[in-house]
Amino acid sequence: MLSTVISRPWIWSWVAAAAAFVMVMALTQGRGAGELAYAALSFGAFAAIVGLGQMLVITLGPGNVDLSIPAVMTLAGTLSLKVMGSDPNTAALGLLIAVAAGVGAGLANFALIYLLRLPPIIATLSASLVFQSIAIWSNRGLRIKPPAGLADFATGRTAGVPNVALVGIALSVIVWLVLERATFGRWLLASGQNLRAARLAGIPVELVRATTYVTVAVFASIAGYLLASFSGGAALNMGQEYLLTSIAVVVIGGTSIAGGFSNVPGVWGASLFMFLVVSMLNSYGLGAGVRMMLTGLIIIGIVVAASTRRIRT
Amino acid sequence: MTRLFARHRILLPILSLAVLLAATFYMQPRAMSYFGVNLLFNLAVPIALATVAQMMIIMVNDIDLSLGAFVSLVACVTATFLHDTPVLGVLILAGLIAAYAGLGVLIHRFELPAIVVTLGMSFVWGGLALSILPSPGGTAPPWIRSLMTVKPPLVPMAVVAAVLIAAVTHFLIIRTGIGTVLRGVGGNAASVARAGWPVLRLKALAYALAGLFGVLAGMALVGLTTSADANIALRYTLLSIAGVILGGGEFIGGKVSPVGAVIGALTLALAASFLSFLRLSPDWQIGAQGAILILVLTARLIFTRRDEQEG
Repeated sequence: MLSTVISRPWIWSWVAAAAAFVMVMALTQGRGAGELAYAALSFGAFAAIVGLGQMLVITLGPGNVDLSIPAVMTLAGTLSLKVMGSDPNTAALGLLIAVAAGVGAGLANFALIYLLRLPPIIATLSASLVFQSIAIWSNRGLRIKPPAGLADFATGRTAGVPNVALVGIALSVIVWLVLERATFGRWLLASGQNLRAARLAGIPVELVRATTYVTVAVFASIAGYLLASFSGGAALNMGQEYLLTSIAVVVIGGTSIAGGFSNVPGVWGASLFMFLVVSMLNSYGLGAGVRMMLTGLIIIGIVVAASTRRIRT
Repeated sequence: MTRLFARHRILLPILSLAVLLAATFYMQPRAMSYFGVNLLFNLAVPIALATVAQMMIIMVNDIDLSLGAFVSLVACVTATFLHDTPVLGVLILAGLIAAYAGLGVLIHRFELPAIVVTLGMSFVWGGLALSILPSPGGTAPPWIRSLMTVKPPLVPMAVVAAVLIAAVTHFLIIRTGIGTVLRGVGGNAASVARAGWPVLRLKALAYALAGLFGVLAGMALVGLTTSADANIALRYTLLSIAGVILGGGEFIGGKVSPVGAVIGALTLALAASFLSFLRLSPDWQIGAQGAILILVLTARLIFTRRDEQEG
């Protein structure tokens, strides 16, 4: 039993998250445990949502990664808030706009990859510059407040769990079901393991790739829509930190960077860990520079630890 | 015609730069002078050095997402330690190059994905830079300042520097034996190992070269800006990757072109100047840069694909 648990690649991100949690608690003598867990779930949810999308793209195989996530988040956040214009009862309309922006961005990314045969890194990078321009142009530096109801939802809780975390968990369950139980998930994993073999086996690999790039953009746009509502307005740099975070949570979570293997629970463990490690370094009163440095070293340490385990077995 | 482009991959980057340069001169004839050209390409020198650094990593099939943070850190060290205590400054910079070599060893030894390790390192470099210079400041060492603002006769400094960087790296990577083996590591590491070469040391060398050019990029940048801050060069990560690809390089297979990379960096630097001459609304400046990038890369595709169909 124990060996089957330890052999799961996602267990390490959860162990790391738990260790970070305990280390914060050690400092506060157990005070504020509930608040810390609540904050970790809230902020971790955004990382988990974009991480799930990035995970699907990375599963497509070597070279597949979406660098346009921050730009898509910003674009969806600004466009949806602009359309809603702080009017009550427009939350659904805003979500629709955000998802539409995501679908458009995803299709644009894939068009560059498929039609122009650009490497995904370069394609999503170039496209993200265009997305960012559209966001700047539509926003014009305005800070529009989200409608009151939507802001209450984004910052509120249901049965003690943050609503944004519930959205994240719902999306995770969908992704997990599709990967584990649906034909599409099998197609995606097969394409990531060997694109040529998958194509010869009759899998519509280009359709799989297109759907995946649209999905990651839609997930990014949902995260952007929620984040803008959560933080009281969209900002042009709101997506910035999620470029590194989205890739980091996928890898720390135990998904193979070589593609072909996904890991949904690991993304959540890693997202909680990324927030908790920053809180831990914060509560130990370290400066911003040292905090960043240790975050980087911890990420590398986990990747090295995970790889030595892999090489031995 | 298309065969010519396919055989000489360097022609396309040259053509892109020429077209963009012609368009810039057409928009702003006054730029066609010693002073104008210097202004257009001044900031291209550190970008070209950073692009060459990225090329060293892409050459061995890896990618460096920490380069922008690294160049920023070097800029901070240059503007503080190298100015105040030169000996200590040189030691720190040498240590940073050694750290890059160590990174190559770590990635090769544990078969780690470079994209993740460099991602983590970008936090480390960024944190170090922030510790050295919490707020913008520092002073460029006078000798770097005078080196970067020197006015050679006839041709502006930026052009001379670009030609020099291209010539040196071309000789090092394309002409020398060790350069060929390094490209071989990207092409087929297993066969290089079979031929008796220590692949681990070669990877360390490629990373050390990247560190060296990253250090040069940071020093050149401070020479131009006279002071530094911890975020000064963060956009270099993406610029350098785009520069290598614009210059005809490939992500895998050790197919890189030092001359192309330098030209790619010049093209990117020029694109920014060109857009400011267009009097484009500031909202669209970034987007237009992305559009130019897509356009140039599309041109590359047309030539290579036709050739595939012919032959």
